[in-house]
Amino acid sequence: MSPAKRLPSKRFYGKGLSGVPLDSLKGMLIVIEGPDGSGRSTQVEFLKSWLESRGHAIVDIGLKRSNLVSKQLGEILDGNVLNPVTLSLFYATDFADQLENIMIPALKAGYMVLADRYIYTLMARDLVRGSDRQWIESLYGLALVPDAVFYLKINPKQLVERNFLKNATLNYWESGMDIGLSRDMFESFVRYQKLIQSEFMRMSSIYGFTIVDANRSARRVSMELQAKIEPLIPS
Amino acid sequence: MAKTPSTKPPVAAPRPLLRERPVEGKLIAVEGIDGSGKSTQLYLLKRWLEMQDLKVFLTEWNSSVMVKNITSKAKKLQLLTPTTFSLIHCTDFADRYESQVLPLLRAGYIVLCDRYVYTAFARDIVRGCNVDWITRLYSFAIQPDITFFFKTPLKVALTRILDGRPKLKYHEAGMDLNLSTDIYESFRIFQSRILNRYLAMARPYNFTIIDATRRIEDQQKEVRRIVAQKIDLPVFKWKIKR
Repeated sequence: MSPAKRLPSKRFYGKGLSGVPLDSLKGMLIVIEGPDGSGRSTQVEFLKSWLESRGHAIVDIGLKRSNLVSKQLGEILDGNVLNPVTLSLFYATDFADQLENIMIPALKAGYMVLADRYIYTLMARDLVRGSDRQWIESLYGLALVPDAVFYLKINPKQLVERNFLKNATLNYWESGMDIGLSRDMFESFVRYQKLIQSEFMRMSSIYGFTIVDANRSARRVSMELQAKIEPLIPS
Repeated sequence: MAKTPSTKPPVAAPRPLLRERPVEGKLIAVEGIDGSGKSTQLYLLKRWLEMQDLKVFLTEWNSSVMVKNITSKAKKLQLLTPTTFSLIHCTDFADRYESQVLPLLRAGYIVLCDRYVYTAFARDIVRGCNVDWITRLYSFAIQPDITFFFKTPLKVALTRILDGRPKLKYHEAGMDLNLSTDIYESFRIFQSRILNRYLAMARPYNFTIIDATRRIEDQQKEVRRIVAQKIDLPVFKWKIKR
């Protein structure tokens, strides 16, 4: 009998949360990152079914889903009323609430946590808006280092098509309209998404993302994700 | 008073990380534990500056309207952990800072802050947040030109607050720290820890210490003297006719 594979012990990126017994976090944390239209949420759903079929209990988290501030955050985004540092902090509050109240308890209980976006999206958004890198990194030092991060990379042309396919309209924030790249929303969307993507590429080498070509069919992408996740799961 | 349970030895005071940024205006902050009389002193300072026809603005901790709704709801439901408590207060501060304090400083105002980042440092560190994390969190904020610290022996402040047996709020009394099941006892212990944090910050953050046991009039006289000495007040007069 081969010895049971074990996950490496969890750790935090930096400082922030205290009193978390890291050794007791038995579950696995898998992050799927990628822009809207990259098929991210579809992939999270596929993974959830696949993992559940294999007997793993799943908790999924995402951005703007905390009990604490998600409703208010939605209102703020609709009204576009906050300054940049304030908005960053709002998102961080939303993240921290889910981290402490959902992720950590779930990992303790041996669940697998599937994150539909994680701190990297939040960091990328802030960084392309000119936030101080050190400040952002220190802020998100409270986050747990995932067991794996997959970045769904897609070329901007495909991204545009998929966004229009979804709801025939571009989202104000996903187009970066608040930063004044262009008055033309289409132009702004393409330029903004390129900025975000290069930020992800930069982070990829620091945080060790696995880049997945998302220009392919959902099924192909899903098979690749499964093939890459499978060997990580402790037997 | 009951004996305070032994606390860990005071952690080294946080390093000053606040970024210096050139602005036209001046920033004056007051700090101190509840019942130190700092708000009264700041109000009197504001009146004095206004009467000299100076551009003055006073802002209080926890008063950003937008964030207030969330804070009060979350506090009521006791949904907050030390980290989210800290982040929500920082969000509130950032909102006021970005939309009010900094623009006013740019515009050449004397901005008076009833509590500043040091309040957050003290409370959050007592709640167990990491010193380094919390100081970096607030590093977007400018360092005040003067920070008055109203120093009161714990007993005096507690008497001022507790004499009326007021209805203490859950977080205000530090009940979330499980210091005591009695809210008044919890408040006492919590305040004593906050006071220790303040004292540890006094030197690294260059607090101007005011002895808050003296008569109100004497304290105000000293405050005004220091302000006049450190700030060239006539520069901040209104330029327009009002």
